[in-house]
Amino acid sequence: MLLVLILAPFAGSLAAICIPTDKATPAAWLSGGVALFCLATAAGLYPVIASGRVLRHDVHWLPELGLNFTLRMDGFAWMFASLVTAIGLLVVVYARYYMSASDPVPRFFSLFLAFMGAMLGVVLSGNLILLAIFWELTSIVSFLLIGYWHHNAHAREGARMALTITGTGGLCMFVGLMLIGHIVGSYDLDIVLSSGDAIRNDPLYTTVLVLILLGALTKSAQFPFHFWLPHAMAAPTPVSAYLHSATLVKAGVFLLTRLWPVLAGTDAWFWIVGLAGLSTLLLGAYFAIFQQDMKGLLAYSTISHLGLITVLLSLGSPLAAVAAIFHTMNHATFKASLFMAAGIIDHETGTRDMRRLSGLFRHMPFTATLAMVASAAMAGVPLLNGFLSKEMFFAEAIETHKYNILDTVTPYVATLASMFAVTYSLRFIHSVFFGPQPHDLPKMPHEPPHWMRAPIEFLVFACLVVGIVPSWTIGPFLHTAVKSVLGDATPVYSLAVWHGWNLPLFMSVIALVGGVGLFLIMKPYLATSVEGPPFFRRLEGQRIFERVLVTLSWKWARSIEMRAGTRRLQPQMRILVAVALLAGAVTLLTQGFKPAAIFLRSVDPAFALIWLIGMICAVGAAYQAKFHRLAALVLLGGAGLVTCITFVWLSAPDLAVTQLLVEIVTTVLILLGLRWLPKRIEDPNDPEIMTFSTRMRRLRDLAFALFAGLGMMIISYTMMSREMPETISSYFLERAYSEGGGTNVVNVILVDFRGFDTLGEIAVLCIVALTVFALLLRFRPATESLETPEQQRMQNAFDDEHPHRKTGDSIAEYLLVPSVIMRWMFPVIGMLSAFLFFRGHDLPGGGFAAGIAMSIGFILQYMAGGTRWVEERLRIHPLRWMAIGLVIAAATGLGSWLFGYPFLTSHAQYASLPIIGKIPLATAILFDLGVFSLVLGATVLILIALAHQSVRAPRAHLIRAARAAAKEGS
Amino acid sequence: MELVLSAAIGVLSASGVWLLFRPRTYQVIIGLSLLSYAVNLFIFGMGRLRVNAPPLLEPGGAGGLLTHTDPIPQALVLTAIVIGFAMTALFLVVLLASRGFTGTDHVDGRE
Repeated sequence: MLLVLILAPFAGSLAAICIPTDKATPAAWLSGGVALFCLATAAGLYPVIASGRVLRHDVHWLPELGLNFTLRMDGFAWMFASLVTAIGLLVVVYARYYMSASDPVPRFFSLFLAFMGAMLGVVLSGNLILLAIFWELTSIVSFLLIGYWHHNAHAREGARMALTITGTGGLCMFVGLMLIGHIVGSYDLDIVLSSGDAIRNDPLYTTVLVLILLGALTKSAQFPFHFWLPHAMAAPTPVSAYLHSATLVKAGVFLLTRLWPVLAGTDAWFWIVGLAGLSTLLLGAYFAIFQQDMKGLLAYSTISHLGLITVLLSLGSPLAAVAAIFHTMNHATFKASLFMAAGIIDHETGTRDMRRLSGLFRHMPFTATLAMVASAAMAGVPLLNGFLSKEMFFAEAIETHKYNILDTVTPYVATLASMFAVTYSLRFIHSVFFGPQPHDLPKMPHEPPHWMRAPIEFLVFACLVVGIVPSWTIGPFLHTAVKSVLGDATPVYSLAVWHGWNLPLFMSVIALVGGVGLFLIMKPYLATSVEGPPFFRRLEGQRIFERVLVTLSWKWARSIEMRAGTRRLQPQMRILVAVALLAGAVTLLTQGFKPAAIFLRSVDPAFALIWLIGMICAVGAAYQAKFHRLAALVLLGGAGLVTCITFVWLSAPDLAVTQLLVEIVTTVLILLGLRWLPKRIEDPNDPEIMTFSTRMRRLRDLAFALFAGLGMMIISYTMMSREMPETISSYFLERAYSEGGGTNVVNVILVDFRGFDTLGEIAVLCIVALTVFALLLRFRPATESLETPEQQRMQNAFDDEHPHRKTGDSIAEYLLVPSVIMRWMFPVIGMLSAFLFFRGHDLPGGGFAAGIAMSIGFILQYMAGGTRWVEERLRIHPLRWMAIGLVIAAATGLGSWLFGYPFLTSHAQYASLPIIGKIPLATAILFDLGVFSLVLGATVLILIALAHQSVRAPRAHLIRAARAAAKEGS
Repeated sequence: MELVLSAAIGVLSASGVWLLFRPRTYQVIIGLSLLSYAVNLFIFGMGRLRVNAPPLLEPGGAGGLLTHTDPIPQALVLTAIVIGFAMTALFLVVLLASRGFTGTDHVDGRE
């Protein structure tokens, strides 16, 4: 059931995004249906929850890390879940009429449902990590919803600010939750909730507390992080009503309440939470008075009310916690309805500026009455729900919890803030609905459609009944919620409207009378004043925030880049190599590394001679790479061949085969590329070589190189002359045949034991080939490389001189005999490739080698016949081959799922074929076929893409030249 | 054997590192290729050097490190060779594109 409750909104969200943009009504019906379904589900669970049971649903996810998808519903979570779904349903109904047809409405509903799912996830998580994940999800979806009208710069900025602040807070909270997990030894909420003493007495307690409070206070827009909430009002009003009054901002309060049994009660908690709460309560209420935007006023009022809840939670007494939970619900009802009313006014008049609005009572009496009742609840007028929780707050405020100054000032601050609340509530009503007839409004105001008002009617009705007969309506639900948080510590409390003549009532009277008086004094000033409170107007949180952002992400980043960064590659390379050398040297020297003693006995002279050649080749390649590229390439090939011989010599036939083939392909590849490089001819009189600084630079590089080479030599010699320790190799050697069904252990490792790695590697190969292809698609060669190569020009000139020859004959005849042989080689190479492929599982060979061999066959055809000749005769679709290869390899892996084995489990068997004899027929050979096809495709694609440039680039150049000429002519 | 091979690894890496610091893209490519030989041989050498003991089993039998060489470094190097080819190809194309784009073959795109 719980799983369904969480998944339904997300499924609905996915469905809603698929609805065409202009179909608003189906999206609204879908969302309404989902919200109603979730509400019904939650309601259906109430009997179980009310009996005091805790519902749990566990899905194993990463149990090794203590990470399970645990959903948990107790009374408190139930209360929040029904709040989220019920208000969600009402807001959907409201949004159906609020959203304009020109907006992409399905996207709105999709995000809306995703938010509902994330919020349900937060309240129902039974695992701290899961909680953090859903928490971040709410931040992200809220970002998208605030920025829904992304053409509006204000909305974009508000969204970014909200994400930066709540996201940062969320990360802090995540660390805090992980620390709790570290202290308790489990992330499971039930276990965490029962180990409050362990957490409070841990030395890390303060760190945990600060981190978690950062998360909760940023989310609930508490001072000094409150400023994002007013800016989030750029969101569509349904979003403000849902996220920024009823649910999202309550997530912080939810977390504080949820962890209240674990974290609360200490001095640190009291001071941090209390101070934040009290200042938010007072400042929020004070700022709210001076807002000219209706939604701005409501936003600051929300901040202030959240501060009230935070103060209650800070007190650490069970009765205060009851009041906090109660006020959370009450605030959600009246504030959501007020936001909706503000939205209606905005919708019907075209403005939210309270200086322009007045006398709307004549035009929309119903809406006005509803808004008045809701504001009265916000102000805490008796017989409404806001009054009850405010009285509880006052009663708690005058109690003494701790003997310190903060506790002493609390009742005074509470009364003052409550007085401000009366003032801004009055102002909200008075300036909008009363006064003279409005003039020059963008639209003529009138009552909204009935169903747009219906959600407000419902919420206001709820305010009234809860306010008049609390113990019959909200009582049992509140009791269930309180009981689940406080457990045995649940105090005796009374929800009666009338508690007799007592101090809280007296405070309420002072607040009401004082608030009305304050309003009468302030009225003339507020009617014309600019936005924002006096004095504080300049000290805006947003500006400070932006300044900090600019300093951090722009100024500091730039200065670090200026000082420590370089755009030049060579210094970067030097730093890289230097750091690597230093890291290696320091580690080895501090760990007591001793180079092995050198023995000359075991040296085979032939092997030494071969490597003498190899080393000469390597040094020669290094020396020649600047001015004699072809020579360097040949020398590089020499070093490669010696490497290849080494592999043969030292019992690695597979490596030798692959190295040889890759060597060929690499050489061809670089040869193809050589043409596009600029000519570089050695000039003995070049003054550059002679300068002192150049010489010093080279000397330094040489020192680096020698140091690196020497280091590698010592390390590898020491390693190789040591005794081989026990490794996992014996495992593979023992089981290659019995479990992998092949005698070539290297191949069995590649396609069977470590098949998943190979799958990743061929995917990399695939990506590289596609990147090469894409880069070359837009390749623009330098103009000087475009002319026909010198040899071809000489050949053409020779043809021109002889009357019986046509131009191009010599090119066609050039190397005629070798090219005929090359053509004939095609089937032979194909055969060799098949041979390599089939023997791969048992003898040296395999998909890699076969694929590269086959690609050599293709490239030989290109060399022999030319690009056009080949492509007229052969169908070459390397992209398809790659795709097929990847699909085969992946499908082979998936196939084992069908038989109930893990991914890429292989099945081995031998099959006898006529003539050929016995061949190994493991499913691994299918996988190897995928490898073969992909390697072939990728290699051919890379080579051909490069080869095509010689055909394509000159043609593109000719077209461009022709165009330029045509432009000049016209 | 070990001495020769480690000397070879040293020379290959020294040449590779030297070329890595050079200003021309082609030099860097050759340097990377030399360096990849060195690294491949180094990894291969970690399985110790054995003559005439390829990791090929008798059908139906099981092998051991006494009779066969270590197959793991070989499997690692085998894929490294192929990926190394892919990286060379990618670098080559990037350098060609950069040369076409900036008009120079200097690694920074300007002289």
